[in-house]
Amino acid sequence: MSMIEFHDVEKYYGDFHALKHINLTIDKGEVVVIIGPSGSGKSTLLRSMNGLNTISEGKLVVNNFDLADKKTDINKIRREVGMVFQHFNLYANKTVLQNVSLAPQLVLKEDKAQSEKEAMDLLNLVGLADKAQSYPSMLSGGQEQRVAIARSLAMKPQALLFDEPTSALDPEMIGDVLDVMKKVAADGMTMIVVTHEMGFAKEVANRLIFMADGEVLEDDDTKSFFAHPKEERARQFLSKIINH
Amino acid sequence: MISILVDHWPAFWSGFLFTLGSSILALIGSLIVGTVFALLEISERKWVRIIGRVYVEIFRNIPLLVITMFFYVVIPMFIANVNGFTAGTIGLTIYTSAFIAETIRAGIEAVDPGQMEAARSNGLSYLQAMTHIVFPQAIKITIPPLGNQFINLVKNSSVLAFVAGFDLMYQGNLIASTTFDTSNTYLAVGLLYLILTLPLSYFMRYLEKKWA
Repeated sequence: MSMIEFHDVEKYYGDFHALKHINLTIDKGEVVVIIGPSGSGKSTLLRSMNGLNTISEGKLVVNNFDLADKKTDINKIRREVGMVFQHFNLYANKTVLQNVSLAPQLVLKEDKAQSEKEAMDLLNLVGLADKAQSYPSMLSGGQEQRVAIARSLAMKPQALLFDEPTSALDPEMIGDVLDVMKKVAADGMTMIVVTHEMGFAKEVANRLIFMADGEVLEDDDTKSFFAHPKEERARQFLSKIINH
Repeated sequence: MISILVDHWPAFWSGFLFTLGSSILALIGSLIVGTVFALLEISERKWVRIIGRVYVEIFRNIPLLVITMFFYVVIPMFIANVNGFTAGTIGLTIYTSAFIAETIRAGIEAVDPGQMEAARSNGLSYLQAMTHIVFPQAIKITIPPLGNQFINLVKNSSVLAFVAGFDLMYQGNLIASTTFDTSNTYLAVGLLYLILTLPLSYFMRYLEKKWA
């Protein structure tokens, strides 16, 4: 069962060609890691999957919704495809518990008690139940990111998108966030992750996509990718980030 | 000054109440109208943004007195009679709402765009994201400049004096022209305006601290 399908997708920012003829199918249950140098279009690709970026040409189908179709209700897609951001973007005016329980209340129409009970379960999962009443400004970056993952999970999504989830974190915080992501992957969640964490990719991803200059240059299962990358640019990129 | 206050207290008091009434009505009105136009100005639709922009640019660039005279003199010629108090209060509301719209728009734009993105990605509609996440954060940022607008509004309500709006300034003019004691009369008028604006000023500072 395919979760996300790109058919000849192009994206332009003015004259800049940000995504070039993307053809991709991501199936339910896959954990896909997207890597590539900065400016290669990784984030643009990811953000198009929940409509934060629109595509210029081609067809993009997410969970059976055609994103280019004006009649498609983008809110429905976003209910089912969650997103975790590089800078967490927790709601600054809400407590941790409210951050996690707000969307289920407003969007899924769950009652307060039910949504808060589920939120507490998720906060337990990410190891932050004791911070339920704290505000985001009182948390460390790693804690904020774990709350952000819990917030996405609260909507019981079909898939989760991660946009460089550990890039803004101090090194000692990264492990905790990756551990939570591994748990989520182990539960069978479809995950698309833009990251430079090669350890995570090797351990968790089934599939690796290498992008450069807006193109998908390589798309392979994780083992073969790391064993023998076909593209010269992918080889260079790997040697740079692994030796460093 | 004390004697003139005592001798003409009923007139001063009535003017004070008219100024207070006009200010409260215009404050509530301009806050609502200003918020609506602020939201229009940041709409995702271009033509909606243009409507917001045009309103703001027109009414913050025309003198308050001209807007008020329009309602006092021009509207009655074509539509219906408007008394001075109403014309002044409508003028005050429209004029101030243009500034409040700008203030609130700036506040909303000062909120990290990541907040809106996160809320939308979380499944919230634009309106839900605005009311639950962005707007409450924007209002906090907006409190100090909004306080300035409110204080200006109370002072600008003296425009009612030009259209027989029976406000404090109007009564002051009457008293001054009958007693010829201009200095004491306007001292008393100034004092009564301070009684309105100083507590407002301190209340806004209190809110600023409380919500910081």
